[in-house]
Amino acid sequence: MTEVTLSNVVKKYGAHQAVHGIDLDIADGEFVVLVGPSGCGKSTTLRMIAGLEDISGGEVSIGGRVVNDLPPRERNISMVFQNYALYPHMTVRENLGFSLHIAKQDPDQIKIAVDDAAAILGLDELMDRKPAELSGGQRQRVAMGRAIVRHPDVFLFDEPLSNLDAKLRTQMRAEIKKLHQRIGNTIIYVTHDQVEAMTLADRIVLMRDGHIVQVGTPLELFNTPVDTFVASFIGSPPMNLVDGTVNGANLTLTDGTILPIPLTARGLLHDGQAIHFGFRADNLMPIGHAVDEEGEIITLDLTVTLTEPLGTETVLFTEFGGAEVQAKMFNPRPVIPGEAMKFQMVLDKCHVFDAKTGKAIRS
Amino acid sequence: MDRNQTHRNRRRALKVLHFSALFLTMAVICIPGLWIVLNSFRPTVEIMAKPPVWTPSFTLDHYRAMFGGAGEGGVPVFSYFRNSLIVSVVSTFIAILIGMSGGYAFARYRFKGKSGYFVGLMLFRAVPGVALSLPLFIVFAKVGIIDTHLGLILVYVAMNVPFTIWLTDGFFRQIPKELHEAAEIDGCTRWQAFWKVEFPVAKSGVASAAIFAFLTSWNEFALASQLTRSVGSKTMPVGLLDFTAEFTINWGGMCALAVLMIIPALILTFLVQKHLIAGLTFGGVKG
Repeated sequence: MTEVTLSNVVKKYGAHQAVHGIDLDIADGEFVVLVGPSGCGKSTTLRMIAGLEDISGGEVSIGGRVVNDLPPRERNISMVFQNYALYPHMTVRENLGFSLHIAKQDPDQIKIAVDDAAAILGLDELMDRKPAELSGGQRQRVAMGRAIVRHPDVFLFDEPLSNLDAKLRTQMRAEIKKLHQRIGNTIIYVTHDQVEAMTLADRIVLMRDGHIVQVGTPLELFNTPVDTFVASFIGSPPMNLVDGTVNGANLTLTDGTILPIPLTARGLLHDGQAIHFGFRADNLMPIGHAVDEEGEIITLDLTVTLTEPLGTETVLFTEFGGAEVQAKMFNPRPVIPGEAMKFQMVLDKCHVFDAKTGKAIRS
Repeated sequence: MDRNQTHRNRRRALKVLHFSALFLTMAVICIPGLWIVLNSFRPTVEIMAKPPVWTPSFTLDHYRAMFGGAGEGGVPVFSYFRNSLIVSVVSTFIAILIGMSGGYAFARYRFKGKSGYFVGLMLFRAVPGVALSLPLFIVFAKVGIIDTHLGLILVYVAMNVPFTIWLTDGFFRQIPKELHEAAEIDGCTRWQAFWKVEFPVAKSGVASAAIFAFLTSWNEFALASQLTRSVGSKTMPVGLLDFTAEFTINWGGMCALAVLMIIPALILTFLVQKHLIAGLTFGGVKG
């Protein structure tokens, strides 16, 4: 069993505190993605788990064993770095076998393990090349091979796809997911890309300013964000947020639009309370180009200001409630900016956030 | 005239100027060396002849005399060569060990007063070596290491360490720190990570630092001439003085010894030139 537990983990650099006492339990075989904007402490947290950064406070355990003061080599982990960190003076074969060589394993066993890893990642043709002779994707694959060859308890990935182009990133993302399905080890993966987080994770840990903001499955974070930060970070395009105030049983938005309070927030708001009204682009769709939805549906007459055709869908920009918002059109037809359209919105899928704290208000 | 033609002519003229300037610069650098090599093979009369003799004759007399007995103008070449070799190799080895450790520390670790130490080391390079010759002479004489290999080795190590630190610091900075982190995760101790990963990657840089340190020690004259006296410790550059007498200078003999001095340096540079060039360009791209 190789679960990873962080208890009240703190990282300080002099007077500056980068990580503020985070708690996290990662189950054996779980794929957990730490995600957040630059400087949120996600990489620092990963490096503390790896043993590359000292822990200023709290405890890190791997497989039930506290590892705070153990050097990286005694934690039985593997790590894939953003810049691959392949040993430039060694061939691919030597890179893959390096850890086993250091562990003084039998050369025959090293060969078998290296060949196995190479076969898994399709590196057989590249074994005698040096890293400088490989493309970005091949280097990334070698870095992954180096990680799997020694059968570690936990894999750590530090923004491994950031240096790849968009197409290769999608391809490697799928390979990482396949790899996890195949070997089933615990994986902790750091990224600033919410798409990577959504597509890869069993559970996402969203961080900001050294704190964990929300932990949950990708759909939990997408459907029930705890605050406006999560709502605008997760999902592409981000959640539309419109300012408004509570007015009896209704919400009055900045431009005077009046809407009923969504079901989930009813009874939790008080008159005159300032709020943000939130909804996803795929909950504001032109009638006739929407997916079938159930629940309390309202219709809105809006004018399209800009279109972004994406093939299977078109993102429409429009003004609503005094703010620019994005809507989605499925089975799209050409739309001219300035065109007035009838939109529908499922009220039950909308969110209400307190304007002062940014926290979600829902039952 | 056609504007294209004007530009073409200007480009041609600039090219000619460029090559002439290059030729002149190379001539200034190379002709003294050539003069030394040529004159080591010419009779003394020809070297000093006025007007110059344009069709030189060839003789090995200077080499014969140099390796000959004391009465025939001979000098203890083998002793000087041995001294130079011992002093240069040992001082380079020590300077590289210390300098590489220092360079690594400056590149990788954060510690108090780091930039102050670094500037201090560079300032040390600004002191002309000769200015130190008198204090060194007095101190060495008191300690009893004047006229010994040890004395010279100490001086050369002190001379070479700051430069080696500066050079290797640049090379180690070029190596991403993730390499040693990856090595540590792969099971290395910090020490193993250095020797198995970072050192091999930085070896061009270390090789070029070693060459510079070796050549500095091999060619140094000013301090060696003050700190060595006997055949047992004089290095080759100091040995050149053996060819000067009160009223004459044996130019031919001096040139012959200088050629012998150049050869090992030339061979060494040739052997490691691949590393040297890689090392210099590696350092050259440093931001």
